[in-house]
Amino acid sequence: MVKLPVSWLRDWVDLPADWDARELARRLTAAGLEIEAISAAAGAFSGVVVGRIVSAERHPLADKLQVCRVVTAEGAGVDAGLQIVCGAANARVGLVSALARVGALLPNERSIGAATLRGVESQGMLCSARELGLAESSTGIIELPHDAPLGADLWAYLDLDDAILEVNVTPNRGDAMSVLGIAREVVALAGTPLKTPARLAEPAAEGAAGAGGESASGGAFPVTLQPLAGAPRLLAQVLSGLDNTRVVPLWLRERLRRAGLRPISPVVDVTNYVMLELGQPMHAYDLARLSGGLAARNARAGEQLRLLDGRELTLDAGALVIADETGAIGLAGVMGGERSAITSSSSDIVFEAAWFKPAAIAGRARRHGLQTDASQRFERGVDWRGQERALALATRLLLAIAGGNAGPVTTAELPDELPRIRPVPLRTRQLQRLLGASVAAEDVERRLRALGMGVRAEKAGWSVQPPSWRFDIEIEADLIEEVVRIGGLDVIEERAPAMALVPRMLASGEVDEQVVLRTLAARGYQEIVTFGFIDPALQRLLFGLQPAIELANPIAADLAVMRSSLLPGLIAVARENLTRQQQRVRVFEIANRFIVEEGEGGIGVTREQKVLAGIALGSRLPEQWGVAATPVDFHDVKGDLSALLALGGGPEEFGFEPAAPGYLHPGRGARLVRGGMVLGYIGELHPGLVRSLDLTYAPIVFEFDYSAAFRANLAQFREVSRFPQIRRDISFTVPVDVAFAALNERVSVAAGSLLKQLSAFDVYQGKGVELGRKSIALGLILQDLGRTLTDDDADRVVQAVLQDLRSNLDARIRE
Amino acid sequence: MGELDTLTGSALAQIRAAGTLLELEEIRVRWLGRKGTLTEQLKSLGALPAGERPAAGAGINAAKNALQLAIEQRRGELAHASVEQQLSSGAIDVTLPGRGELQGGLHPITATRLRIEEIFRRAGYEVAEGPEIEDEFYNFEALNIPANHPARAMHDTFYLKDGRLLRTHTSPVQIRAMQRGKPPLALIAPGRVYRRDSDVSHSPMFHQVEGLYVDQNVSFANLKATLHKFMEAFFEQDLSMRLRPSYFPFTEPSAEVDISCVLCRGAGCRVCKQTGWLEIAGCGMVHPQVFKACGIDAERYTGFAFGAGIERLAMLRYGVNDLRLFFDNDLRFLAGFAGGRW
Repeated sequence: MVKLPVSWLRDWVDLPADWDARELARRLTAAGLEIEAISAAAGAFSGVVVGRIVSAERHPLADKLQVCRVVTAEGAGVDAGLQIVCGAANARVGLVSALARVGALLPNERSIGAATLRGVESQGMLCSARELGLAESSTGIIELPHDAPLGADLWAYLDLDDAILEVNVTPNRGDAMSVLGIAREVVALAGTPLKTPARLAEPAAEGAAGAGGESASGGAFPVTLQPLAGAPRLLAQVLSGLDNTRVVPLWLRERLRRAGLRPISPVVDVTNYVMLELGQPMHAYDLARLSGGLAARNARAGEQLRLLDGRELTLDAGALVIADETGAIGLAGVMGGERSAITSSSSDIVFEAAWFKPAAIAGRARRHGLQTDASQRFERGVDWRGQERALALATRLLLAIAGGNAGPVTTAELPDELPRIRPVPLRTRQLQRLLGASVAAEDVERRLRALGMGVRAEKAGWSVQPPSWRFDIEIEADLIEEVVRIGGLDVIEERAPAMALVPRMLASGEVDEQVVLRTLAARGYQEIVTFGFIDPALQRLLFGLQPAIELANPIAADLAVMRSSLLPGLIAVARENLTRQQQRVRVFEIANRFIVEEGEGGIGVTREQKVLAGIALGSRLPEQWGVAATPVDFHDVKGDLSALLALGGGPEEFGFEPAAPGYLHPGRGARLVRGGMVLGYIGELHPGLVRSLDLTYAPIVFEFDYSAAFRANLAQFREVSRFPQIRRDISFTVPVDVAFAALNERVSVAAGSLLKQLSAFDVYQGKGVELGRKSIALGLILQDLGRTLTDDDADRVVQAVLQDLRSNLDARIRE
Repeated sequence: MGELDTLTGSALAQIRAAGTLLELEEIRVRWLGRKGTLTEQLKSLGALPAGERPAAGAGINAAKNALQLAIEQRRGELAHASVEQQLSSGAIDVTLPGRGELQGGLHPITATRLRIEEIFRRAGYEVAEGPEIEDEFYNFEALNIPANHPARAMHDTFYLKDGRLLRTHTSPVQIRAMQRGKPPLALIAPGRVYRRDSDVSHSPMFHQVEGLYVDQNVSFANLKATLHKFMEAFFEQDLSMRLRPSYFPFTEPSAEVDISCVLCRGAGCRVCKQTGWLEIAGCGMVHPQVFKACGIDAERYTGFAFGAGIERLAMLRYGVNDLRLFFDNDLRFLAGFAGGRW
């Protein structure tokens, strides 16, 4: 994000008369430089004028207060001044500062009236920068330039009607991260020319100030560049005899402030100013703390560097550093080192203005958890021809503020490694084809030229040479974007695509997802959506030490593993809803789970599997006046699943076989199989887990492979018999461990093709039945496709069934 | 014959007034029985002169028939009333609640996704899916986001310990679809995506829908029409759309899509931060580099792609004011979406 004071922009380009800040913001946004906000340069104040302290005496009753006389007209005598009581330590005779007169209104609607402080009348207040909303903190009252016009309205004097645009610069537009860069956009949009501010109009006086204007080290400052390290161009200049304690002029400090930077010292402020204005990051080294010249080279593996912010880095061999003879003194393009840092006592310095390859800087800062104004610009691409101008501006500004002399400029260059920004062809036909709209040839040329591009007409279109500051124009589509960006996307008329009205295949093979969802909903289940990563502790609680896929950088410790099952998430949701006083929870989720399977050579292979999982907890049915409140059990949920699975058109393909993975009750779990393949499990949660999860009821949970379960068969015609059916009921006891599935199988075999349907209408175990046995009553429905069955037919079947059950399943017939 | 009429009138009045079947039978006997009044009249016909007999007989028979009909009708009424009387003792309270399972529901994100799918399916798009665990190639490189590209800073990526990652957008599905199939391709890819960001307006997991249309002459004008029509279909209202040039590494030109606020219709409200506009999607023309990574001839084909957040669409459509509600899974919140139009 770049903060751009409109007043600064006006140095570079005249805005059309009807472009206020809002209109400017709208235009820039429409051209791809999104203005996220427009803010004021200061909190509103009025009635504050420039005043000079002409006398200052100690308050008779308070040590820390002074009684000042402040005049607001040149040449006015002490007696003409207003009497102001002031507590600031820097209030002194001769200081020009901000005077809030009686009636003045300060930010936050603070109004100034005449006051008596410890018995002395004060006819107003001398203000600090903070009190005027010009700084977040400040010490003492504001110090204005000596030549500030006395009596002038401070708001006007400081040009505070300024607006500050907050520009969201996309990663491809490094060139727009400066006042100059945005001015160039305005030039292209408004059609007004680019201006050169006065401070840049004439060449800087190189080494001209004072006698013997040579730098302390004598001659050009030595710079070496290691080939292929990523630094093809580096300019250096020594400035000596500086006073880095001087006060930086208010106008410059104000610009930094409005652009969001804090003033620090003349040297630092100047480098920041140049970066903000021209987009060229600068660095300054304290010459006294360097040994030998500067070198841009790759770091040695393991090389140590202590940065300006005190951070200690261990570099890898790929990093680009700036070094002197003793070692690295900065991570190039990111941040300087502490050893050569500028201090208030620095008097001889070396300015560096370099061009680093974006690829050499990209990712470097982030790798160390850093992001600096410099790295953001270098990794996006800085004008590779802009170093001279930046250095000249910096030198000129600094000499004016801090005095001293400038030495000669050293220009080190690796010409073979400088960027070659190639011309890009733009074909009229392709422009029209991609946009679905045509743009007049003269508009194309005008817009591209206004952006600083060289445009040469060719047979099929143009050959366009991007300027040295654009790194994002590589292909034809990039140019097409530039053309529409400046012209506005809104002028392209919508045109519906021509789609062929041809019947096409429907997606087939699976039960329609909406039908699955709707069926579950109709059976009372609510769909939920939970995160793909869960609490490893909960996953372990359910699934033990089963391998889990861990995140390298989880956002929280309880969202650290990819779920190998949806059940932990469902259980967590069920518990949360119980704490929200829900009595009954029936929820499901359809999502991927992430499992580790053994691949070739025992290497774990992760697999994403779309599963349907659910949990039912609480009473079987919603509370109702005519229904006993019994808790939901296995067979309730099995009934739901059976209905659901029948959607695929092959209910007989599914089986529920006794099986209980560790998280299920060992006697109340089943695996769901289809055609011999295990799809998943359903069962009652293990009582141990019910206890440790502090649940009052034992929930029934299920989870199975979605795609395999909902593979759909084509609906099939089945012939219906026209002849009556006969029902015969049989009742017997079998050992308790004989499963219904076994009975079903024997009955089917023994009854043969006449058996249309078999149902269990009673299952009983307990009083009246021998211990270890259970009583079962089955209903057999018999029917033939070709004839009416006789009682004899039915009796024969029943006898055969009973005989089979007696001999195979130890059945005893109940009389 | 005035006398007969009077008699008949009085008999009919008695029949209509009969309150019980017993009473009705007494009335029948009184009038039509063997010694009943009308029977007696018939008997007395013989006393009349022969010329008057036929007419007088017909009159009496007609009166008899009328009374019989009235008695049958009244009998039916009384029988029905008696059954009703008996049944009323078996009345139930129909205002008591019904029995059985209540309706569950779909999560609003799913409902929104299905709505989006439906709109695009009808336009001829297919719905594609892709894995949530992706690698650098599909999530970044094939989408023209090489390592260290500054655009990667826009994606706070979750990495697995083996170097793979959780997809930060649904765009990898584009790549897989283009590798698999040949143009023309028209698809949308809704799904879960992950970014390492969590606050009031960010969830570390959320849903996006990606759209892709590749054919020989797909244009930006087509993209605009498609998005505009989609937005209007989704929000069921006419709305304005504007595009702002932007940057996505995988499209060129690229744009952010704003629609006029669906709540205040562009007048300015809290949801659109008084701007009248809502940022709703990103879009652009498929970058030739992306075509190249998928083996599609960028000279022959052009295409557009777009992406939008499903949560954002759902929040605007249903008026949900806090993103986090979608992932709290509070049944009371979710129950609000059990019925109604999506």
